[in-house]
Amino acid sequence: MENKIRVLIAKPGLDGHDRGAKVVARALRDAGMEVIYTGLHQTAEMIVKAAIQEDVDVVGLSLLSGAHMTLFVDVAEMLKNKGINDVLVIGGGIIPEEDIPKLNNKGIKGVFGPGTPCDDIVEFIKKNVKR
Amino acid sequence: MNELAKKTLQGDTRSIARLITLAENNDKKAAETLKYLHPKTGKAHVIGVTGVMGSGKSTLICELTNIFRKQGKKVGIIAVDPTSPFSGGALLGDRVRMMQLANDEDVYIRSMGTRGMLGGLTSAVYDVVEILDASGKDIILVETVGVGQAEVDIIKIADTTLVVIVPGLGDSIQTLKAGVMEIADIYVVNKADREGVNQTVAELESLVEITCANKDKKTPIIESIAKEKKGIKEIVTEINNHKKYLIETKKYDKKRRLRYETELIEIIRKKLMNFIYDEGKLKKTVDKQLDKISRKETDPYTAAEEILNKILK
Repeated sequence: MENKIRVLIAKPGLDGHDRGAKVVARALRDAGMEVIYTGLHQTAEMIVKAAIQEDVDVVGLSLLSGAHMTLFVDVAEMLKNKGINDVLVIGGGIIPEEDIPKLNNKGIKGVFGPGTPCDDIVEFIKKNVKR
Repeated sequence: MNELAKKTLQGDTRSIARLITLAENNDKKAAETLKYLHPKTGKAHVIGVTGVMGSGKSTLICELTNIFRKQGKKVGIIAVDPTSPFSGGALLGDRVRMMQLANDEDVYIRSMGTRGMLGGLTSAVYDVVEILDASGKDIILVETVGVGQAEVDIIKIADTTLVVIVPGLGDSIQTLKAGVMEIADIYVVNKADREGVNQTVAELESLVEITCANKDKKTPIIESIAKEKKGIKEIVTEINNHKKYLIETKKYDKKRRLRYETELIEIIRKKLMNFIYDEGKLKKTVDKQLDKISRKETDPYTAAEEILNKILK
């Protein structure tokens, strides 16, 4: 049997808008992936712990509050510090253009803003998943 | 013993998680590793939680876990949600209701898709129970998908089965039907602040009266409001009572044997299916027989006989 891609979709921080996260979660489900949705108001610790327990291939973060430079980076670094190098970290939400290369450098390999076709995210994951 | 087995036995979360993935994917390494774990299993009490969708199973599990944790017990949670029959994907959302457990090192939560199984569970669930048991969990809670009437696989794996009901889902005939309503060791009437709770409880009581007339243990009925932590302690008490009952009546071993039997048959089934669909093995024979059936040169029963004979040879 083909191994399924497992994705954790999480909303770090305090904003309560999860429509985008849910739309993406559904699109990934329809692409044949197993999507674990963890809900709102997650700390970086909670996200990393869930990612380990669920043994996911991808962590997808959604944030609209502007705190992405802190919270996205926290998650990526915490994973790295735990020696986890085979998990693809991606993010989405209201992210200014100029922040995208900085996030890429910090280990958030894909960043997707409003209006991104869901298929692009599916393709990106399939191409970049690490195992 | 391999490294993965060693670390799993030590309770290392990443090893547990990876081994579960291997088991889900029917990887050879899983079978190899599980061999070492089996002798170390048998300590955990497995609690099944089933009921219709939206009845509050996940919230209930979260609250039960809080109490078990206060008693110093380590807890493993397996939460199953449906896999799409169309895309093969799944949206696993049970963690949302268990968020307050996220920071506890001694609680392991794993979300799983059904991946084609129809009984409310997934085929790897037996392996996952063995893995969590061997890794030192005292309590393993297994949450089924939201069930309808007939998904009863949970009793083949759980030592104690909770059937969660909410008020207002139908009349007394519903409680008399076969299937899910027959499998409870404990009935939980959750969302007991809703209208119709008295009627639901009364109907359950009369069901218990009829079905337990000749049994040595009456199935308890507990009202709860999981969101407000009401009735949870009472459920834990009944779980402990049931465990004691299983031990005293020697039914514990019987339950375990049923679990192993189901697991054994499931492993054989998977191996047979692989054999049938494997290009190098039976796939060609199966395809030939299918052609013949389509052309009415043979019938499905005769074809099945012939294929089975090839396997048994």
